[in-house]
Amino acid sequence: MNLHEYQARALLKAAGVPVPDGDVAATPSEAEAIARRVGGTVVVKAQVHAGGRGKAGGVKLARGPAEARECASQILGMTIKGLVVNKVLVVPAADIATESYVGLILDRKTQKPVFMVSDAGGIDIEEVAAKTPEKITRLPIDPRYGLLPHQALQLALALYKDWSQAKAAMQILRQLYGVFMANGCTLAEINPLVTTPEGKVLALDAKMTIDDNELDRRPDLAVLRDESSEEQSEVTARRANLTFIKLDGNVGCVVNGAGLAMATMDLVKYYGGEPANFLDIGGSSNPEKVVSALKIITADPNVKVILFNIFGGITRTDDVANGIVAATKQFKVDVPIVIRLTGTNEQEAFRILESVGMTAMNDMDAAVSKAVKLAGEAA
Amino acid sequence: MSIWIGKDTRLVVQGITGRDGSFHTRQTMEAGTNVVAGVTPGKGGQLFDGKVPVFNTVAEAVQATGANCSVIYVPPAAAAGAMQEASDGGIPLVVCVTEGVPVLDMTTVMPYLAERGTRLIGPNCPGLITPGEAKVGIIPASICKPGRVGLVSRSGTLTYEVVHHLTASGFGQSTCVGIGGDPIVGTNFIDVLRAFQDDPKTEAIVMIGEIGGTAEQEAAEFVLSYLRKPVVGFVAGQTAPKGRRMGHAGAIISGSSGTADEKFAAFESAGIGIMRRPVDVVELLKARLK
Repeated sequence: MNLHEYQARALLKAAGVPVPDGDVAATPSEAEAIARRVGGTVVVKAQVHAGGRGKAGGVKLARGPAEARECASQILGMTIKGLVVNKVLVVPAADIATESYVGLILDRKTQKPVFMVSDAGGIDIEEVAAKTPEKITRLPIDPRYGLLPHQALQLALALYKDWSQAKAAMQILRQLYGVFMANGCTLAEINPLVTTPEGKVLALDAKMTIDDNELDRRPDLAVLRDESSEEQSEVTARRANLTFIKLDGNVGCVVNGAGLAMATMDLVKYYGGEPANFLDIGGSSNPEKVVSALKIITADPNVKVILFNIFGGITRTDDVANGIVAATKQFKVDVPIVIRLTGTNEQEAFRILESVGMTAMNDMDAAVSKAVKLAGEAA
Repeated sequence: MSIWIGKDTRLVVQGITGRDGSFHTRQTMEAGTNVVAGVTPGKGGQLFDGKVPVFNTVAEAVQATGANCSVIYVPPAAAAGAMQEASDGGIPLVVCVTEGVPVLDMTTVMPYLAERGTRLIGPNCPGLITPGEAKVGIIPASICKPGRVGLVSRSGTLTYEVVHHLTASGFGQSTCVGIGGDPIVGTNFIDVLRAFQDDPKTEAIVMIGEIGGTAEQEAAEFVLSYLRKPVVGFVAGQTAPKGRRMGHAGAIISGSSGTADEKFAAFESAGIGIMRRPVDVVELLKARLK
């Protein structure tokens, strides 16, 4: 789960990290009020889970409360990379002397949180990582001992030569590590970490990703999810315990298991089609899940054919067949359904489908190529 | 012969009285596995299905039954503790099927297990099976048959799809290992590849990867330097959009490493036979196994 900048900023602030004054606003008049309170020139920043906000016109400079109101009314409601902006962050415009990058990620290879810091921070950090990786200092941290003082010092000295700034950075690194561990993050970054002309160190922007697996035991974090900023079909799917990702093609896919679901999408492409979605109905296959899945997929007007690919292991194929029959009784499905079922209770599944005049296939390639052909004819 | 599990496996099931644990324990016993004990705290002294003794702790189960392998079906929040308990109880091979284990938990579980010399498979994995001898986890025994192909995979049902093609075309399996799709897993491709190379019964290897991370690329380098047996491979997620989580936490493309194209390219340069489709495994193996 990705946090918005204002949410990540609040977690950092609570841990003691120096962040600029300011607040989040949902209306132009709230933005105006915040600008009046902080005084001077402010930056109005779109809160949306997409990179390149500035280039898309989602970050604007405002001289005073009236301009802040005007900027907020332009930004609120705008769409950036398909996502609607519902909130803006209003912060004082900072004078910047230097920009650094400080990040912590959970690294697969070392199986530890790894710090990445660079004194070449700012919006071009990805280019720095790609072209001059030697400018980034990487340091794995053993979570049994935490960030040790000498490690914090090593990282801080990679950022600042000035001793008082290095000391401030050490403190911020410790606080960032604390936030990362306390909130089940897989990523937490401050970019840029700036120094002001007076020499103050300040976290200007922050990004955090929380491990979805933490949310069950951390209701305090689960409430940070902003469903208004997500694709609505994906929100509906999550509530039905389905993993769904909308794509742009016209072959709707219903599959059990993430790996097989991806392989099914790949096979759709192999036979010349385009998948309309990724959808994993998971291991246990109660018929209700299949009904929910069909509802979500048929709501997409691009879908010209629906392809089921079920390999029964724990999933009982007769449960899936019952779900398909139940769904087609509850609502009308206007597009053809191609069904591939094999494994646990497949004979019963075939019988259930045949009793309502539907047919199923055994072979994945045959089913996928048939679905692609039908989608092509309908398009 | 085979790797890691076989006729000598004495299995203890952690979470044996739960919904998933009891269901899969019955399937495991039907597949011929020697299930010697179960563990559910508070239910020590009971008998599961009238035959398997249940203990309160893994240590008690090991002492009473000589269990040498554990499989875990406890809920995600209790999984880290269950892995550490199995390791502390002296179990050398722990298989964690549980899905949804917080990944930060794994950062402290891994060094704990390493200090005690425990091999972990998973979490969030289907486990492993040596057809005809033992099954630990949830891979359906009905689709497998004994033979000479070793299989290692990050997926669940995609593994079954490939095994199904193998069995249907007459290629039996020495051992099938599902290592799991999470960002931090106990056993990686390289561990399994090395074991297959050293196993005289395994004559060819099938490797099933996914997008995300660089485990497949590292495995490809290892194949080039260490393996003397033919390897064929597949990577799921060629059509996945960048940066989206596809069910498995691990299947995220981060930065420039982790796309299916990069992984296939690494396979190709290591001489690994490229499966464009799951069914391609059959022809590729026919050409490599005379």
